[in-house]
Amino acid sequence: MGLVSSGKTPKPLQHLLNYSRKYSLWMFQWGLACCAIEMGAALAGPRYDVMRLGVIPFPASPRQADLIVISGTVTDKMAPAIKRLYEQMPDPKYVISMGSCANCGGPYWDSYSVTKGVDQIIPVDVYVPGCPPRPEAFIQGIVLLQQRIMSEDPAERWRGVTREPIVVG
Amino acid sequence: MADSPVATEEVPALREQAADALTRLQAELDDAIVEHAGMFGDVVVRVRRDAWRRSAQVCKDGLGCDYLSFIAGIDWMPTPAVVEEGSGDTSAPAQPKDQTYGVAGSDGRYQLLALVESTRRQSWRVILKTDLPDDDLHAESWVSLYPGADWHEREAWEMYGFVFDGHPSLRHLYLPSEFEGHPLRKDYPLLAREVKPWPGLVDVEPMPGEPADDDAPTGTETGAIEAGESA
Amino acid sequence: MTTTNLPPPGDLPEIAVDPAAFRHLADAQVNVELDTGDMVLNIGPQHPATHGTLRLVVRLDGERVVSADPIIGYMHRGYEKLTEFRTYPQITTLINRIDWLSSFANEVPFIEAAEHLMAIEAPPRAQYLRTILTELSRIATFLLFLGEMGLQVGAITPAFYGFRDREYVLNLIEAVTGGRFHPNFNRIGGIKDDLPWGWISECRGVMNKTLASCDEFDDLVVGNPIFQKRTRSIGIIPRELGAAYGVSGSNLRASGVDWDLRRDGPKYLVYDELDWQVWTHPDGDSFSRYWVRLQETRESARMVLQMLDQMPSGPLMAKVPRIIKVPEGEVFVNTENPLGEMGYYVISKGATGPFRTKIRSASFSNVSILPWLLRGVYVPDIVTILASLYFILGDIDR
Repeated sequence: MGLVSSGKTPKPLQHLLNYSRKYSLWMFQWGLACCAIEMGAALAGPRYDVMRLGVIPFPASPRQADLIVISGTVTDKMAPAIKRLYEQMPDPKYVISMGSCANCGGPYWDSYSVTKGVDQIIPVDVYVPGCPPRPEAFIQGIVLLQQRIMSEDPAERWRGVTREPIVVG
Repeated sequence: MADSPVATEEVPALREQAADALTRLQAELDDAIVEHAGMFGDVVVRVRRDAWRRSAQVCKDGLGCDYLSFIAGIDWMPTPAVVEEGSGDTSAPAQPKDQTYGVAGSDGRYQLLALVESTRRQSWRVILKTDLPDDDLHAESWVSLYPGADWHEREAWEMYGFVFDGHPSLRHLYLPSEFEGHPLRKDYPLLAREVKPWPGLVDVEPMPGEPADDDAPTGTETGAIEAGESA
Repeated sequence: MTTTNLPPPGDLPEIAVDPAAFRHLADAQVNVELDTGDMVLNIGPQHPATHGTLRLVVRLDGERVVSADPIIGYMHRGYEKLTEFRTYPQITTLINRIDWLSSFANEVPFIEAAEHLMAIEAPPRAQYLRTILTELSRIATFLLFLGEMGLQVGAITPAFYGFRDREYVLNLIEAVTGGRFHPNFNRIGGIKDDLPWGWISECRGVMNKTLASCDEFDDLVVGNPIFQKRTRSIGIIPRELGAAYGVSGSNLRASGVDWDLRRDGPKYLVYDELDWQVWTHPDGDSFSRYWVRLQETRESARMVLQMLDQMPSGPLMAKVPRIIKVPEGEVFVNTENPLGEMGYYVISKGATGPFRTKIRSASFSNVSILPWLLRGVYVPDIVTILASLYFILGDIDR
């Protein structure tokens, strides 16, 4: 819309857009390693149900997703695939880096085949530390991300202004 | 040092099945066996390189070892000296500097290690080793005997550079195709450690009011020791 | 709509062929052999059905697979190299991330290997606790499998049931060890801590609940005609070939091989003091793999109930020095992990960390049979076979 790019979005409309975006995050259905199990427990498990926050459905195609969660170790072999998946997602998109392997390489920091943190390839919005982080910590990450989305200015985002990533905990 | 334990018990003799397996192997292979030893009840047999495939055949047909557990490599070169023993540097374990060999010895730096097992009731296990000379890292492939050797040999090639003659396609398994080098060789450095060395076990100050109790279970699960303790 | 360049009606050339010559074609069945090329389908490292970052490059002739080439390594973290730079307790923390669903079971063979080399034995209570936790992680893994295989075949409900029932078991593991998975609870010489108050009765309740859930899965999934149609006779692994490839665990038992390391291997933990049985199935197809794991879940629950009754009291750790230095030697210990046979070949030179560790992981060999197994199957059956083999990428790639 021309309103967003020119920065003339009226406040109530902006509020409405952010509100609807934050409560309908489409999370890319993908997990790498052990953190994916915790993510699965948070998403599909009836106990730590993240669906009540609006994070459904889980598209298997990145073209329909707004949120990608890098849950697990990123290896040098997998890095180009991650970059490509991120680029296939349409804007506005968010990245949650879950677990210490995705944050900084984690326990495999000295390995010859591990990328030391996914922020070397793609920009990250929320870091959720832990090995693996509890589902509650992951949900906290999503809630903080939702709060950020609510306070987002679409014009700034369009211009490419990035914000300081959130660290959970 | 005073704390290093010494195994006071004798390493147990070969289990009955292992002794049986050894007798049969000696009967079939006799001069191909360079050395054999017992290892916690199992038999380790080091064979000559040209009998590598033949020993697998003997195990499979003669001993009924139908199950291939793994094929791996060993590089006996000492881990490059990063840490001195007794220096208090805890960034990595201090490995001995001289090149010693393990059970059933070795003639050189590189060895192939394989384990075959029998799924019959009394599971027989045979551990086979063979030496590979540094300048000629070739061995016969086991793919025609144990099809599972396909992937194990690809991994051994990728990690050590061993070439298996007769293997259908020796290509990268784990690493990207552009990867250079053979990572599990001892002279392959872990660059992350060179760029930023691991600080090792840092001092942990006891909480105020808590006595530093030696017998209490350590709260730090990673095996951290208190500062100032000598190795 | 493009117009074809038809010549104007007057300029059509004379057709020199007699139309009567084609009359046979009008009556006969047209039997044209379409010569199509093979299509290469890349079931990429990101795919909902591949349990992680497995890449399958399959060559298809229509819907049938002509050849399949699994490309692994997208989760290769270099464990064997990392173990050369870490001490034994640090490695214990690392290795329970190999098979990340049943983490406790990964630590056990490594700790036993170190204990063999040091010639110490964990006290009986610690052995019982280790066995209980191993069986609990087996139940947790298999509950996820039972739910997830239903998901792969097309039913979503079993997945929720699986996750729900798994939560109870994870609660138990967390109450003891502090971590839902990745407990890092083993120490060389024993176990870190004792059971909390009230755990045993809680565990009894959860085991009975697990047995009830298994009956639920029986009703929901096993008896379902769609499930049966999709899994019977799909992906049959012959006994001899499976063993030659190194397929182990429930996959091999589902092909009729009566072999379980808990009973047939060298003694480890306390399985010889329990009254239990090994389940096999003669068929070797995907259905039998599901069925065997269902029975094994029940068996594990019964084993845990027995162990809770028989558990001795006593110390939890053998006397070990503060800084563990394992004497020189080599040892190989393998155990029956939920995914199959997992083994560690540890070469020690008397330092605080091993010289070389060869990790023999179960899923590596289980997946190596895929090029053979996937020939000639239909594309939907690929998913069924992958689900029934039940591998974990961390276990394949280490």
